[in-house]
Amino acid sequence: MKQDAFEAAASPIWSDYRAMLDALENPRRRRAHVPALTSFPQLHRRLCSDYALARSRRYSPGLIAELEVLVRRGHRQLYRRRSAPVRSVLDFMATRFPRTLRRHSAVFWIAAALFFLPMIGMGIAVYQDADLVYSLLDAEQVADLESLYDPARHTPGRGSERQADTDVAMFGFYVMNNVGIGFRTFAGGLILGLGSLVILLVNGLSIGAVAGHLTRVDYGATFWPFVSGHGPYELTAIAICGAAGLLLGQALLAPGQRTRLAALRANARDAVILVGGAAVLLVFAAMIEAFWSAGPAPSALKYGVGVLGWVLAAVYLALAGRAGDDAS
Amino acid sequence: MLPPIDTVRLHETPEGVDLALRVAGPAPRAIAYLLDVVVRFAVLLVVLPLGAFAGFGTGLILLAVFGLEWLYPVVFEVRSGATPGKRIMGLMVVHDDGTPVRLPASLIRNLLRTVDFLPMLYGVGLVSMLVDRDFRRLGDLAAGTLVVYADTPPAKPTIPQVVPQAPPAGLSVEAQQAILAFAERGHAVSEARRIELAEILAGSVGRRGEAAVAQVNAWAAWLARGAPDGRG
Repeated sequence: MKQDAFEAAASPIWSDYRAMLDALENPRRRRAHVPALTSFPQLHRRLCSDYALARSRRYSPGLIAELEVLVRRGHRQLYRRRSAPVRSVLDFMATRFPRTLRRHSAVFWIAAALFFLPMIGMGIAVYQDADLVYSLLDAEQVADLESLYDPARHTPGRGSERQADTDVAMFGFYVMNNVGIGFRTFAGGLILGLGSLVILLVNGLSIGAVAGHLTRVDYGATFWPFVSGHGPYELTAIAICGAAGLLLGQALLAPGQRTRLAALRANARDAVILVGGAAVLLVFAAMIEAFWSAGPAPSALKYGVGVLGWVLAAVYLALAGRAGDDAS
Repeated sequence: MLPPIDTVRLHETPEGVDLALRVAGPAPRAIAYLLDVVVRFAVLLVVLPLGAFAGFGTGLILLAVFGLEWLYPVVFEVRSGATPGKRIMGLMVVHDDGTPVRLPASLIRNLLRTVDFLPMLYGVGLVSMLVDRDFRRLGDLAAGTLVVYADTPPAKPTIPQVVPQAPPAGLSVEAQQAILAFAERGHAVSEARRIELAEILAGSVGRRGEAAVAQVNAWAAWLARGAPDGRG
């Protein structure tokens, strides 16, 4: 068949198909056209076959290019990836995130151990040995730290230059700083897991050192009520980011039956769910830290909220969406 | 047959046809990145006057800084496949099967940007792109994404309406394709170049100058439409 006859015979179908593509590519018009779209897969196969014919019959390069663009546009619409539906952030946090975390609970516990054990160990060691804190922080940093939690101040945890800042400003700062740390903890996992490992250890050690030192110099009465409110969510979220990073490292070091690239892709898909959930937890923690932790509530109440926070975090991560664990 | 030395990556679809994805190299992507840096700074400059509202404004600025650092590429890639810088450079991000990038893959490739940036100015990413056949940085490898040239809708070329003439017998397939390509695109080049090309194609039958151009167009018309009396 000559090219002209072929074009003349098929062009009504091509223009139908083109009109359908225009509708599909415009999200606003998309809804209105849904009923007419049932024939789209069939039309797409027809176009693919026309394209293949045009190529094998050596029609002109212009016609082949035109058909290829049409096929490519249709391919994008027909094979557009649909992940399991996430209707909202709430839905994601209620099911996908805790389920994915439980599937990787071993990695999570390793990350948590790498984070919390050095923290507790360093805290106890610094509490007992006055000089040990200087192995991690220099004298100036220690002095800054002491001034932050000096019981004589009204708003613990905010430097003298931040004394005048409002809660909203601090919220912005906490989000930028903490979520950024969470993301870096995850990304570091791509360096054979080493980046996540180092960030978890260093953060664990410094948080432990700060807590131990402040308790030792008797500033605990300002420090502990301040951190108890947001600590449960913030620390857990950092451990989860570490677990996500370790998943990447695991794919590279122990890919199992898959190639390293395939293992990395599979693990990255789960890891990014963990990071997303952890980021939401970190934003939540930043809200508490900015609007509650430095607030005037009595210490006993703050401790109570802190304990409740640990229980809530544990119950949430262990139980949320459990009914569908097999499904995911 | 050896694969052609080209940046085209063929993806075979379930329908059994090959789609060509033209992957973009480090240079256009670096320029796109720099353009995005400019856009980010411009956005930041717009937001900066919020600092006048003391604490509240400061908080919003810090949130904007966070968003511009981490979420700017994700938002644009998921919405339209390309950040403004990539769009200016005619690039877009797709999954490695050619479908538009979605949230999980976009998040992965953009969060892992931190590692590609190491030790400075995308050192790791550049090495990865130069080693990989498809110019993927580490984030692209983990996410299964490609940065490709967005397809430009081709202006439909037409073969000139002239009286068809049968081409010499035994023309190779490549020669037929060259004749058709010449007929479709010959008008886009200068006259001297057009004649030069036509003389290569029609030289075997001794045509020179404009006669060669007319000869090639007549052959093309025959190849596309058949003999003037409708047979063929």
